[in-house]
Amino acid sequence: MTKIELTVDGAAVSDDVEPRMLLVQYLREKLGKTGTVIGCDTSNCGACTVHLDGTSVKSCNVLAVQANGRTVTTIEGLADTAEGELHPVQESFRECHGLQCGFCTPGMIMQAVDLLGENPNPTEEEVRLGMEGNLCRCTGYHNIVKSVLHAAEGAKA
Amino acid sequence: MIPVQFDYLAPTSVEEALSALGQHGDDAKILAGGQSLLPVLRMRLNAPEVVIDLGGIASLRGIRDDGDAIVIGAMTTHHDVRDHALVKEHALLLSKAAAEVADSQIRHRGTFGGALAHADPAGDLGAPALALGAQFVIAGAGGTRTVEASDFFVDLFETAIGEDEILTEVRVPKHTGWGAHYEKFVRVAHQWPIVAIAATVKGSIDEARVGLTNMGSTPLRATATEQALAGATATGDGVRAAAELAAEGTNPPSDLNGAADYRQHLARVLTGRAVLKAAGV
Repeated sequence: MTKIELTVDGAAVSDDVEPRMLLVQYLREKLGKTGTVIGCDTSNCGACTVHLDGTSVKSCNVLAVQANGRTVTTIEGLADTAEGELHPVQESFRECHGLQCGFCTPGMIMQAVDLLGENPNPTEEEVRLGMEGNLCRCTGYHNIVKSVLHAAEGAKA
Repeated sequence: MIPVQFDYLAPTSVEEALSALGQHGDDAKILAGGQSLLPVLRMRLNAPEVVIDLGGIASLRGIRDDGDAIVIGAMTTHHDVRDHALVKEHALLLSKAAAEVADSQIRHRGTFGGALAHADPAGDLGAPALALGAQFVIAGAGGTRTVEASDFFVDLFETAIGEDEILTEVRVPKHTGWGAHYEKFVRVAHQWPIVAIAATVKGSIDEARVGLTNMGSTPLRATATEQALAGATATGDGVRAAAELAAEGTNPPSDLNGAADYRQHLARVLTGRAVLKAAGV
């Protein structure tokens, strides 16, 4: 077992974990943060996307021990949901109906937040390229792209 | 799936990492960004007893100017290689190729040195590194040695790095102001290339370097094309004639994505496109 100390969604946490434990397992099974989901388990689909020190990563492709001393933000920590708040990108996905079954949505939103942080005013093509690591099996992506562009518009207003 | 049990070591210096490697030998595996290693461990294609994580060694990250070359630390991420001003100015080809590695999340974690040491023939950085004449700085118990790109790539997933050695940095000779383009042919987004072409040219065209991805067990140079392009005028017909030589001497794989002769066809067509784009035509 290896001791890790990190910050997850604003709270300091510390645990003894097996080195082989994946970050996504740690978040879901140890911390109960099941908002981050496992889609493909092959680092293709992006459903497990979280932010590690502020940039998007696929949490099925990071060991929990690699997050030692770092800061993780999951879909559950984007906004103060206990207060009924949504992050503007979450709001935009609701507004534009950027989902059908919703399974890919946590990862889509985390990647969209990263994308807009780096490029606040993307073209449609830049959104499609920037979201290439996230797969959706329902929507055909149209409303997802619309949601990201809508969020960018909203941030300008 | 999850990997089999292993012991985890997180050295904070290259010396510490080398001594761990010396102690555990081929029972150990080096973890850089983990974007190729973790899938391998999860699928249990490999089961090392010890994993040595280089993530805590700050000296392995970053890019610096060193006279006639830029030096890229092995643990520098693809994202940082893509965006770094020194890379854009002196080795634009690497910036263009790094932008095409996998997807955004993987570029945030995957490292330049890790990808090169992994030596997947379909990896996007080998051909550009070879085309630019990169030099690989490898540390071992007895000190460091430097290996030319032409000697670095040995075979499928095999490089000149010894079992008790670590790639620490890559020196890339400055190609200041050279135009560049990385033309990647994929079946679906964020996949490995079926074939990709790394082209960089000085002027239009004084000199050209063309690297081939996934056209053999290692990255290759299209030397016949390079010779035909030197001093040529960057017109569609002239460049396409030189590109006809791009597959000469190659022995590409045949697999579900394409037969060897199809890959050779792709190499000729894509080389024409890549060189024209690199020359700004």
